Amino acid sequence: MQSKDINTPRPRAALPKVQLQNYVVYIFFAVVLAFFAITIGDKGFLSVTNLFNIARTTAMITVIAVAMTFVISAGELDLSVGSIAALSALTCGLVMQAGFVWPLAVMAGLTAGLIVGSMNGFFVTVIGIPSFLVTLGMMQFVRGLDMRITYTNPIAISNQTFNSIFGSGSLFGIPSLLIWSVAVALLGFVVLKYTGFGREILATGGNRMAAEYSGVNTRRIKFAAFLLSGAAAALAGLLYTGMMQTARFNFGEGAELMAIAAVILGGTSLFGGKGTILGTFAGSLLIGTINNGLIIMGLDVSEQMMVAGGIIILAVAFGKKPTN
Amino acid sequence: MTAPLILEMTDIAKSFGSIPVLKRVSFDLRKGEVHALMGGNGAGKSTLMKILTGVYTRDGGTVKIEGQTVDLYGAKGAERAGVAMIFQEFSLVPTLTVAQNIFLKREPRFAGTPFINGAEMVRRSRAILDELGVEIDPDALVSSLSVGYMQIVEIAKALSKKARVLVMDEPTSSLSESETSALFELVGRLRASGISIVYISHRMAEILSLCDRVTVMRDGQTVMTENCADLSVARIVEAMLGAGNAASFAWKDRNVPSTARPVVKVRNLRLDKRIEDVSFDIREGEIVGLAGLMGSGRTEIAETLFGRRKAVSGEVIFDDAPITSQADAIERGIALVPEDRRKFGLVLEHSVGANIILPNLSRFTRRLFVQDDAASKVVQDTINDLSIKTDGPEKLARLLSGGNQQKIVIGKWLVRAPRLLILDEPTIGVDIGAKSEIIDTVRAMADKGTAVLVISSELEELMAISDRILVLHSGRIAESVNRRDIATEEELHHAIQGHKHTAPARGAS
Repeated sequence: MQSKDINTPRPRAALPKVQLQNYVVYIFFAVVLAFFAITIGDKGFLSVTNLFNIARTTAMITVIAVAMTFVISAGELDLSVGSIAALSALTCGLVMQAGFVWPLAVMAGLTAGLIVGSMNGFFVTVIGIPSFLVTLGMMQFVRGLDMRITYTNPIAISNQTFNSIFGSGSLFGIPSLLIWSVAVALLGFVVLKYTGFGREILATGGNRMAAEYSGVNTRRIKFAAFLLSGAAAALAGLLYTGMMQTARFNFGEGAELMAIAAVILGGTSLFGGKGTILGTFAGSLLIGTINNGLIIMGLDVSEQMMVAGGIIILAVAFGKKPTN
Repeated sequence: MTAPLILEMTDIAKSFGSIPVLKRVSFDLRKGEVHALMGGNGAGKSTLMKILTGVYTRDGGTVKIEGQTVDLYGAKGAERAGVAMIFQEFSLVPTLTVAQNIFLKREPRFAGTPFINGAEMVRRSRAILDELGVEIDPDALVSSLSVGYMQIVEIAKALSKKARVLVMDEPTSSLSESETSALFELVGRLRASGISIVYISHRMAEILSLCDRVTVMRDGQTVMTENCADLSVARIVEAMLGAGNAASFAWKDRNVPSTARPVVKVRNLRLDKRIEDVSFDIREGEIVGLAGLMGSGRTEIAETLFGRRKAVSGEVIFDDAPITSQADAIERGIALVPEDRRKFGLVLEHSVGANIILPNLSRFTRRLFVQDDAASKVVQDTINDLSIKTDGPEKLARLLSGGNQQKIVIGKWLVRAPRLLILDEPTIGVDIGAKSEIIDTVRAMADKGTAVLVISSELEELMAISDRILVLHSGRIAESVNRRDIATEEELHHAIQGHKHTAPARGAS
């Protein structure tokens, strides 16, 4: 324990290892892009339409993953986000169906997300149940609720203003989904990196007791993280709805795992205390790019899943700190 | 003292990269000897012991055990040579039994089969534990044992491997008073049975009473090896620090005017279980030491002052108003440097700078955003003021030595210029150089008017720093004595143990 700073061998001069680990996601992203560009560049992979397509299909995961970065950085996990997305979509759809204006429907959808988020926060911070269990249960409960609301019937959305803003439209030729995901990521980046709240999130996840003893109200911080996560998942649900011009009970199935994968790929520590929104954004795009490229290559869904899963494990393995 | 040598390390050298950490160090150990190894952080004692236990490979020099040259490469090499380390952070599996731990990976089998003979394992464990003269049930789960007993199980495990040389690194750092004396008895029995022990500790009194010889290292060299009988604390300190650096360990009569107004008034404080009725004041600029046995409720008092604990009855008045919550305490200028800095004091995976800023975030936040320029200036000032040894504010707190980590925890509160600073065991695992710097920092704070409460198990430290010492006994303040009225450490020691033996009690104020 003594003289640790002397006993730790200095990293060799030129290339400090630590730095490389932080950039693994970007390196993987570049390699994957280059690989697809060479192999299927002529099959339309590199076309603007397809690149926008990647951005559009990953938007929901990106939005969820940005908030998930806060939750994981605070040392918790939220598995209920996929179910929340569908709940928000259906709530929004029902309100519109009932004849209310779309902004009210949007508010209703987001409120649904905030309610579930605050329930997660309550059980984790007040009752003291591990978030993995709380949100696992919540994932099931809310998905069941999603199915019950309309007896699994889809709700068609005919309001073109809503559909255009939340999914199908574009601004100056840029798809609205891309704009949403960049906006959310930017906001998340600024909040996590430059605000007191962001620092308190990281301190809470890094060492909850030390944060407490330094005057951080860690319960409030964790509660806020679950609220953020609920709101972001609800927004993602609205984006699904706008893109599909329909609200369905099965929106966001598996989204929680994709989002967690994106966060961890990006370099955020699964144990809390260290988070990067830029990494999360890149991680989400990486997953989307792999899926897209594999489809263009003509792989079967089963093969896509196997390759994508393998690449995720590989990327995380490369990003791992060597254990002595 | 002419027992034969069991271990001879001669001209041991070791460098990390271009930095020499050990410069031709020699160290020897007699059969049945307890030999203390002392030195500040970076002195090289850990490196030397890691070479002895096979963690590091030496660059030069020879090691002989009972006259035979040995290589000691890897844990297996050390085990073959009969050397075992008793770990400071314990290396037992808490969910297994004592016997299962002692024989982990070496379980006795039924002859000719791969099946473990549980009864035999328990029988042999019991034999070893009996030999050690301790009553531990071999079938008990390790998780059910106290820390002191876990350490004994470690020793039993080492002995079951026929170890003849034990290395004990700060063995008493997390033991209670009674566990410590039990451990000392055990060490005595081990010595009598011919086991040799290298004993690493920062605690002077412990070493002088327990050890046969002392070796002090400084800057990768041995600077002194002497018989304990010929040594005094002052001489050891001087050897560790180098001549001239030992001054801050001498007590300074700071003469706080008795008219200074009390910053905090504790009145008839009662906390569940241990604290029954505690009252005291701390005045502006006064350093008050709180002495008492481990587990006597000292930490609980500190946490109550800091607003983390609610009193059952009684009150804590700070600047004329009671403390209502931790947020209230921090806001009004109370700072707590908690006992376990790694658990409660630091976010180890965050930078030095981030740790210093953490309690001061609100001060550096304007319209939600953290003003990093202003913050980093304060961080740099703190690093300079406390001479925290780090490559820079971006270095992870985990990578700093214990002493420098503790300076971060103190530094992060100094930024707020607290009115009351509470230090709970501030120098555990802190080397003597950093210790004297911390004492200087605390004195400087008090000179500027901060009221200070120091909780410590090290009487020597309380004697060095306090203006007044409170003795906590049986849930009450048994004595409140001005430091200048205490002549020796023994006097204080008796008072803590239960002040029957002392001269007429100096009435509690």
